[in-house]
Amino acid sequence: MKWLLVGIIAVCNTIGDVLNTAGMKRQGEIEDLSPGTLVRMVGHIFRNPLVLGGLGALAVSFFALLSLLSIANVSFAVPATAISYLLETLLAKYVLKEDVRSRRWAAAILVAAGVALLEW
Amino acid sequence: MSLTQEKETATPGAVRKTRVLTLMVVASNVIGNVMLSLGMHHVGRIVSASPGDYMRAFSDPWIVVGVCILVIWMASDLALLSAADLTFVLPVTASAYVLIALTGHFVLHDRISSTRWFGIMIITLGVILAEETPARTTKGPPEHLL
Repeated sequence: MKWLLVGIIAVCNTIGDVLNTAGMKRQGEIEDLSPGTLVRMVGHIFRNPLVLGGLGALAVSFFALLSLLSIANVSFAVPATAISYLLETLLAKYVLKEDVRSRRWAAAILVAAGVALLEW
Repeated sequence: MSLTQEKETATPGAVRKTRVLTLMVVASNVIGNVMLSLGMHHVGRIVSASPGDYMRAFSDPWIVVGVCILVIWMASDLALLSAADLTFVLPVTASAYVLIALTGHFVLHDRISSTRWFGIMIITLGVILAEETPARTTKGPPEHLL
């Protein structure tokens, strides 16, 4: 059951993050960090289907995480959700068309490897 | 143009905005998840496909405050994604995993083996590497997805 929950969290995290990135790029970069700007940004999200879809996927991931936290320690549960790192990097390169060069691949691989060691 | 050269073209204001948002994402992620963990230890085991079964978890104040802080995490993460690449945001905010493991060890008394300490070191290296790349490499939204 523990690893099934980890799988659900990883897949939903990946889908959610890619949809949120595409949606937020469409919505436009926030101009400043004032409370008013952040509140307006949240208001616009409710008319952004990509981000709404992303948040839906992350909600499923959240409930799976709650289940996992009820049967596992936080230092196992939260790092386990990072299995999606390499998949997200692939999707960012080929779906979001980000310029992913050697340094970013190295960073993603190091983080994924480090997370795997955290679960040891 | 190399990644380092591109980074130098970012305005100081844009760099500052990205750094502040990154700090907000990491801090709210760590605090929110540790509070959720404390709360779920009080509430006990819940494994169900029905969201209704999770409602009893909201009787615990740690869960309520943890969820409120994770709402702040979500908003700051979305704000950061509006300004930076996913492949920049993911590794840079991974410093939260290191802080969560350390908080788990020092606050919740979770055990950290030598292998886990090695993992923490590797993640930190990945965070430093990603931080050296430009925050954004795309000009506009991914048109083919819209």
